[in-house]
Amino acid sequence: MLSDGVQRLARRAAVAALLPALLACDRAWNDPYPGAEHGANILYSAFSQRPRHLDPAKAYASDEYDFISQVYEPPLQYHYLKRPYTLIPATAAELPKVQYFDARERRLPEAADMRAVAYSVYELRIQPGIRYAPHPAFALDASGKPAYLSLTRDDLRGKARLLDFPLTGTRELTARDYVYQIRRLAHPRVHSPILGHMGEYIVGLKEYAERLAAEDKRLNAGRKAGETAAFLELDRFDITGVSEVDRYTWRIRIKGKYPQFSYWLAMPFFAPVPIEADRFYSQPGMAEKNITLDWFPVGTGPYMLTENDPNSRIVLLRNPNFRGEAYPAEGEASDQAAGLLADAGRKGPFIDKVVFSREKEGIPYWNKFMQGYYDQSGISNDNFDNAVRISSTGDAGLSESMEVRGIGLKTSVATSTYYLAFNWLDPVVGGQGDAVRRERARKLRQAISLAVDFDEFISIFANGRGIPGQGPIPPGIFGFRDGPSGINPVVYQLRDGKPQRRPIDEARRLLADAGYPAGRDARTGQPLVLYLDTTARGPGDKARLDWYRKQFGKINVQLDIRTTDWNRFQEKVRKGNTQMFFLGWNADYPDPENFLFLLYGPNAAARFDGENKSNFQNPEYDRLFEQMKNMDNGPGRQEIIDRMVAVLREEAPWVWGFHPRDYGLYHAWLSNVKPNQMARNGMKFYRLDAGLRGQKRAEWNRPLVWPFAVALLLLLLSLLPAIRSWRERERSGAARGMPAALP
Amino acid sequence: MTAYILRRIVYAVLILIGVNLVTFWLFFKVNTPDDMARMQLGAKRVTAEAIARWKSDRGYDKPLMYNAEAAGVARFTDTLYVSKSLEMFRLEFGRADDGRDIAFEIRSRMWPSLTLALPVFLLSLAVYISFALLMAFFRATYLDFWGVALCVAMMSVSTLFYIIGGQYLVAKIWSLVPISGYAVGVDAARFLILPIAVGVIGGIGSGARWYRTIFLEEVGKDYVRTARAKGLGEVVVFYGHILRNALIPILTGSVVAIPLLFMGSLLTESFFGIPGLGSYTIEAIQAQDFGVVRAMVFIGSVLYIVGLLLTDISYTLVDPRVRFE
Repeated sequence: MLSDGVQRLARRAAVAALLPALLACDRAWNDPYPGAEHGANILYSAFSQRPRHLDPAKAYASDEYDFISQVYEPPLQYHYLKRPYTLIPATAAELPKVQYFDARERRLPEAADMRAVAYSVYELRIQPGIRYAPHPAFALDASGKPAYLSLTRDDLRGKARLLDFPLTGTRELTARDYVYQIRRLAHPRVHSPILGHMGEYIVGLKEYAERLAAEDKRLNAGRKAGETAAFLELDRFDITGVSEVDRYTWRIRIKGKYPQFSYWLAMPFFAPVPIEADRFYSQPGMAEKNITLDWFPVGTGPYMLTENDPNSRIVLLRNPNFRGEAYPAEGEASDQAAGLLADAGRKGPFIDKVVFSREKEGIPYWNKFMQGYYDQSGISNDNFDNAVRISSTGDAGLSESMEVRGIGLKTSVATSTYYLAFNWLDPVVGGQGDAVRRERARKLRQAISLAVDFDEFISIFANGRGIPGQGPIPPGIFGFRDGPSGINPVVYQLRDGKPQRRPIDEARRLLADAGYPAGRDARTGQPLVLYLDTTARGPGDKARLDWYRKQFGKINVQLDIRTTDWNRFQEKVRKGNTQMFFLGWNADYPDPENFLFLLYGPNAAARFDGENKSNFQNPEYDRLFEQMKNMDNGPGRQEIIDRMVAVLREEAPWVWGFHPRDYGLYHAWLSNVKPNQMARNGMKFYRLDAGLRGQKRAEWNRPLVWPFAVALLLLLLSLLPAIRSWRERERSGAARGMPAALP
Repeated sequence: MTAYILRRIVYAVLILIGVNLVTFWLFFKVNTPDDMARMQLGAKRVTAEAIARWKSDRGYDKPLMYNAEAAGVARFTDTLYVSKSLEMFRLEFGRADDGRDIAFEIRSRMWPSLTLALPVFLLSLAVYISFALLMAFFRATYLDFWGVALCVAMMSVSTLFYIIGGQYLVAKIWSLVPISGYAVGVDAARFLILPIAVGVIGGIGSGARWYRTIFLEEVGKDYVRTARAKGLGEVVVFYGHILRNALIPILTGSVVAIPLLFMGSLLTESFFGIPGLGSYTIEAIQAQDFGVVRAMVFIGSVLYIVGLLLTDISYTLVDPRVRFE
């Protein structure tokens, strides 16, 4: 160990060698945040991919929802703590009242036969007094007129950000803003991804979109390149199925019965957008400065977006006009013990500011989390062994190094499913042709289902973070059956009350029954070769591709892996030109319909361009789906779902892969965190102890100066012989000193 | 010289048209406008009508190079190539597919790239030349031998290792600077110290070895012997004569890089969280954003041509014998 004196000297040398700026800091030298933020009530988080859209009519990805869910408020939301996921009002005064009507506009009782229902009417009423976050679009000048709604390009000179507009204003949220957003879904230049889907349900939306498109074309005919498009007045035409009843109430008319529509009302697609904001952002010159609704959202939520540099950082600031929302007082049974009810009844948000920094790479992200500069983190495969310890019973716990730092682990099963799909149109593994052929293919699919061991896949490639699929429905969604009654009997059997994979000999027997004894076609003697289309082709994918081959090799089936780029892969799947492929699905809403529709015949990709990518077709399944999809959750619906899942297990159009389990790490100073797979608006309930964070950061990041000083010293010392040698040469003659230069 | 520069500008236009054509052909060989629409609209619930609307709105519903349905010149002008690629020559970069203005994006991202790349460039030049001169000065001694051995060892290590190793040692273990991040103004310095150091150290091996070879070639020349015969000291010989005469190959390798400093570095910027241009092109290729790809390739080509022109001009400054006639 170096003496104190030497250490002191070394520290001084290193400080002098670094920047004088460091001298001024009273915080850790490696603190990446400005000194002014030291000790402030700010949540630090990170994002790796820049969000493509923040416009609620366009955004459809979870990493986009991380931001806009804090800003926009749809009428409904999911309860923060309750599971299964439960809808509750957000800005709405209560859950919507749904009324059913027949084709002759006669009101029907709630329990009416679904076939008799021609229309459903959703009436929504919001709470009065909700106000928008301060925004220049609402600003008024001294005469009471809008200050920034008739700007010219000259007015925009010197304005590069939203903060450059000195005046801001606000106004009360009204039903008109919700109606306006539904109109925006049909805007021809917004390109909302759900327009096609909603056009099938919301009465008049499709026709409205066509009229708008024609009007937009007329308005912008002859527009030169670079010219700002004319503002499209969305109020000029009506959507027959959407109407404003009064200042706080509006109605949406849906074709038939579509109970899942309530879930859509909890998504940002149905959040309010004030017409002032649309007008403000549509002015000439705004888009050139990237001041658009797609980058600077305007909402009534707990936070407002004040800084958006998607290449560096995105900042949310507490909305001073937010009414406050009471922390829930009830949740799951374990929530009380987990301390998740400590803030019950208190009004959030509890955090003043949220700073999202862009971290494209996992290593710096992880290291900064470990230094205390990020308050929460996921766990990559690289860091899994450092962070998590799996007990002998298979339970996941934290490693000692994490526990010492007081880090907490929370896990939740994602409402997603990953599967290996068989193309139903394929002559070998598909479900076409005569009964004999179909039966052979069914047994082949079952044999493959048995051979491809997803328990092993989860263990090897996901560090055990997943649950083997027993069907399409993941845990947490109504219709999923846990325990022995929920296992897939084609692949698993019960032993001592626990599910175990059936022996591989059963797969070989099924293969022989399918006409391929020992992996060869009984008629031709040729080996059975199957084809898997995938986009995986990098060096990192090799182990996984080898594993696939090995699984098929267990039953002597040769697997030919056809790698292709994403575009061609999608095209092949869409056109039904594949045999097998891997795919996944992340739930839009927590309803079994959102998973079971992936195998509904009329959704087949090849024929109808739908989401049934395996083109599975089964009349019994389709009939049951139509019956189930509009039912309310209950024993009757569960029974039908059980029958549907049984059909699927027997037909095996997918190898039921796995449902991933998400692992999240949280520092001790961050509380009230409960993972929610369906909603991302929970930041309003997070609480953090900035004092503890500052203390831990200082403790974990004490600068170690002497190694740096020693390294500098060694470098200087290494030059000494050279300097001495040079001086000797200078003193000696050229001939003596430069032998090599004088040939 | 003016005639020479004008001639080079004419060549440059021809080269740019060629680059533009190749970029267009390669891009649409891999991606179709339908693919681009699907990428932008997302993977879920996208209908054929939505794709058609997107293409029509963004002007991707035209034929690529030849419009059989048009008449006259419009057969060639009413095409995707003319409407999307030739705009570049008017320096109209347009919008990215995510709606952001490309010129705005480039303007805001090139400065962080430059604040990192310029010090790395200048320091690297100084350090590599000094180290190479040191090795050449002590040639055929243990210092030269171990210097070359160190260079070979350092060249054999991947850039990624220097980045991750630097972050681990300096920012994590020693806690001296932030691991990643960026700030503007004076505060940027503490974020830039480490990436600059890593950038300089990571290139020492190949850089110093290359310059050493150049200097050793000069050391054996007649003018060096003459200088020594006149009784000049070794320092004067090296810095006053050898370095000056070695400037042509040094300029060849370095001046061409100056305009490209704006374009940033993919790995360094990604790992150190510097919001520069380094990843802009690669992200655009992944996002199938033709608007950004064509703009970045065009700018890259222009800057490279400018670099070559500057290199030629710099020759006349360091060697009076070079003439453009």
